[in-house]
Amino acid sequence: MTGTAIEADDLRRTYRTRTGWLRPRRTEIPAVRGVSFTVRRGELFGLLGPNGAGKTTVIKMLNTLLIPTAGTARVCGFDVVAATREVRKRIGYVFGGDRGLYERLSALDNLRYFAELYGVPARQQRGRISEVLDLVGLAGRERERVEGYSRGMRQRLHIARGLLHSPQVLFLDEPSIGVDPVAARELRRTVANLAATGTTVLLTTHYMAEAEELCDRIAVIAGGRIRALGTADELKHHADGRRVLEVEAYGVPDDRLTAIRALPGVREASLETVGTGHLLRVQSDANSDLQHHVLGALSGIRLGRVSTRQPTLEDAYVAIVNS
Amino acid sequence: MIAVGALLHTKHLSRSVFEITIALVVPVVQASLAVYLFRAGTEPHRMLEAAVGAGLMGVWSSVLFGSGGAIQNQRWQGTLEMLMLAPRPAVLVILPITLATGLTGTYAVAATLLWGWLLYGIPLDFARPLAFAVAVPGCILALGMFGLLLAATFVLMRNANALTNTLEYPIWLVSGMLVPISVLPGWTGPIAAVLPTTWGARAVRQAVTGGAVWPSLGICLAVSVLCLGLGTLALTYVERRARAAATLALA
Repeated sequence: MTGTAIEADDLRRTYRTRTGWLRPRRTEIPAVRGVSFTVRRGELFGLLGPNGAGKTTVIKMLNTLLIPTAGTARVCGFDVVAATREVRKRIGYVFGGDRGLYERLSALDNLRYFAELYGVPARQQRGRISEVLDLVGLAGRERERVEGYSRGMRQRLHIARGLLHSPQVLFLDEPSIGVDPVAARELRRTVANLAATGTTVLLTTHYMAEAEELCDRIAVIAGGRIRALGTADELKHHADGRRVLEVEAYGVPDDRLTAIRALPGVREASLETVGTGHLLRVQSDANSDLQHHVLGALSGIRLGRVSTRQPTLEDAYVAIVNS
Repeated sequence: MIAVGALLHTKHLSRSVFEITIALVVPVVQASLAVYLFRAGTEPHRMLEAAVGAGLMGVWSSVLFGSGGAIQNQRWQGTLEMLMLAPRPAVLVILPITLATGLTGTYAVAATLLWGWLLYGIPLDFARPLAFAVAVPGCILALGMFGLLLAATFVLMRNANALTNTLEYPIWLVSGMLVPISVLPGWTGPIAAVLPTTWGARAVRQAVTGGAVWPSLGICLAVSVLCLGLGTLALTYVERRARAAATLALA
């Protein structure tokens, strides 16, 4: 037995689409363009990237749902294409969102069914179901139909299902998407506990705080390629030599943002809608004090708080993705 | 595992408002259809036979739409990927679903006979009641296995409904569920002979009218086991293709 739980070597995946009947037009969309990484046993590894970066495609190739167009991958030493069933015995898969459960059945029925499917021995099923329900905090609610569950409860049920057969490797594909902050915190605690008990976890997310709090190492993926890989602290170095100026503003037109991006010394500038206003975030060279120029570019616009700070993982992420 | 799966899928299907509504309304229509068809003809004494045939049409519709629709439903619910991820042969995962659609179809037979008796006074005097009690579950089991072959085709298609709709009426007709095969054109004979629905309908009809039930039921089950074998091979193939073509989940 090696110390490696997941090995991906130059994984590639292209989606082919066809439109039209008489004159079919075929399009090829490369979703993953050569991804390589390894995850150690017991490690909590994060795949961080924007929507459409290829995170889910990578996970689906590793968990056998998709066959790679090229490259190889092994999970617990088994090839994901040649030894599909061996891989499936050892993995759990949890994805975010409302779907993936039998709504008109109770949580107990859902778990009983998937325990059968995933090969939990009949004599152990009752005890195992009880354990996972306790673990995710659904004990006492298991006889209610899933259709009456909140999103957070469904997500916890997803996790319970993924853990039924005590997988060695757990794939979590954006598990906290759409979950309220309190439920998300509980989810993070559950995931952290899993990793602490020796389960290897591969987590995809686009929430920086989640990745920073949970992951031993993080790979930033964009455009189907890994752009950076390391611990959160190592990734933050990608924003070294920068400073971040944040300005609360109300109604920033596109041309002003373009003008700010064109200022000498500006590395990145982004606008985020926060409540009724905007948060303008400008990354610049550490030795450039752009506050005066940026505020000048925003003249005539109602402004709120203006502050300067050191770069965070999120700033490093933006720098990596846009590099 | 098959039993637990079939039971839970039956439970899930039978809690659908849509399914329940269909199950309440369609048997009335089918019983009426059978009654008026045979009253208008020269054989009003064969109304029970017609009602049973109409009930089997309900089972077939349930299996056909259930097998195609259930696979599609698994996609919509996002459960298809979770099912396929199970470390089991795909046939053991999908068969409980198609069996469940057969089981929910049982209601159609019971309800058609009940409505026929209540509304139109069709007497429930079966020539061989015991054989009828065996033939109907046997036929439903067979159709569940046949459904697997259909399901194997549907897995690859994102719009399986089109195929489902085109198969419903021809199979009713060709299998002789309502109209005797003898009145159909000769070229339909070979098609009828390889369909388990034909032999299942014949076995049930013979239990109603008196006749050799067991050979028909035996052939029905044999053809269905063959379908199960073909479905298993097809499912293994299409599962791999679906993983290659990324059609397990909705894009």
